[in-house]
Amino acid sequence: MSAKYIAKSAGIASRLLGGEMMIMSAVDSTFFTLNPVATVIWQAADGRTPLAEIVSQRVCAEFEIDFDTAHRDAEDFVEELSSHGILLVSERPFPEPSASPTEAA
Amino acid sequence: MSLGQMSEGQVGLMQEMSQRALDLGVPMSVHFDITYRCNERCVHCYLDHDDHGEMTTAEIKRVLDELADAGTLFLTFSGGEVLMRRDFFELLEYARQLMFAVRIKTNAVMIGKAEARRMLELGIDQVQVSIYSHRREVHDAITKLSGSLRRSVEAIRSLRAQGLRVTIANVLMAANMRDHAGVQALARELGVQYTLDPTITPKMDGDTSILNLRIPGVELSGVFHNENLVGNVEEFCAPPPAPGEDVMEGYPCSAGHTLAYISPYGDVFPCVQFPLPSGNVRRQKFLDIWNHSAELNEVRSIRAKDLTVCSSCSHVGTCTRCPGLAYMEGSMRGPSTADCEKSFHRTGIRSANTLRREQSASFGPLIHIQPLRP
Repeated sequence: MSAKYIAKSAGIASRLLGGEMMIMSAVDSTFFTLNPVATVIWQAADGRTPLAEIVSQRVCAEFEIDFDTAHRDAEDFVEELSSHGILLVSERPFPEPSASPTEAA
Repeated sequence: MSLGQMSEGQVGLMQEMSQRALDLGVPMSVHFDITYRCNERCVHCYLDHDDHGEMTTAEIKRVLDELADAGTLFLTFSGGEVLMRRDFFELLEYARQLMFAVRIKTNAVMIGKAEARRMLELGIDQVQVSIYSHRREVHDAITKLSGSLRRSVEAIRSLRAQGLRVTIANVLMAANMRDHAGVQALARELGVQYTLDPTITPKMDGDTSILNLRIPGVELSGVFHNENLVGNVEEFCAPPPAPGEDVMEGYPCSAGHTLAYISPYGDVFPCVQFPLPSGNVRRQKFLDIWNHSAELNEVRSIRAKDLTVCSSCSHVGTCTRCPGLAYMEGSMRGPSTADCEKSFHRTGIRSANTLRREQSASFGPLIHIQPLRP
């Protein structure tokens, strides 16, 4: 199984509201909300941390779920978000972003 | 167990999140006027265009940090004319790095191909451009800037060529009240949204002289009964249903609840149309103002049942009553006469405020003073 890296698209707006992430696509103004588990993955999508590590270190640590189930669900979730251009997926780490303000979490 | 739960963009979802923001007391939307300076001098404008000490780039960036921390998602940059600030694109870039959904209100006359391309690169959600008429002589007479219609329309074409979402905002007043169909046709030709607003508000210093520019009531009735403007006329103009308990316990609007306005000088208000000074971000953190301002808390305490006249009005559940206009009229709990007129011209049913005024006028003055004649 090859490593998978995920990064947020530059063309989105997002903000945390009551533990759930609101996301708006600048491409078509489509509006999404993520539940708390998906929000954890989203917040960890820095383009440098492998998805499997995000699942084991963040999701399994914070929620009662076994790694295999969580990883399978995470793969589906990432595929769906990437199909809307909201998440970028690569088999290699993304380049370091230039200095920018920290996103409010 | 489902790991990822994703819901997609229906109006219902947005309403759900707005309700959650209301329940949590989160300022989900902020209207930020970054300058009052403008290159147009619109006859109906309520602003003083002199610079009395606008916030610096660094100050605005700090406020944007605070808004992101407070949970604001929707950020509208407006003015004045936003492009009068030389640091506009620097602010825009900073706001997008903070992941705001940014909307821009502009007259667009300073937007060329390069500016449109930069807005696309920065992922701007929407650009709203003010157009008053499809006729040059009418539009330019309102903006008092020769060539402004041509330049604004060229800018819209540049924005559309980049694929940006654009809305034409058509403020309607006596001078252009017959031109909405022409502006609608122009919007169709340009492939942009169209929105009409017949609201003219008093100037910020309280001067009400510009209210004379409002369209006459009979014309307003024509607007409200035009299916090209309102869609289903029967539904739009239906008599108001009897208000239920949920209506009486409800809030008048989002001002001060999930919406805030910030002026170029750092003053915080419940809404751009609600000039109730509630704090200043140069002296306090935005969240301290939002959470603890006595003024904002008073606005939040008002339910429909608390409205002095409107709570007994048949329109209470369907009226567009603006608490800011009511405040300018004398009381944030009182009626907004402009909205009473809208409700009447929409449905043909007089508001409680109108009936009260007619009644007091029919009584005449209680004391007659007769000059003594020699």
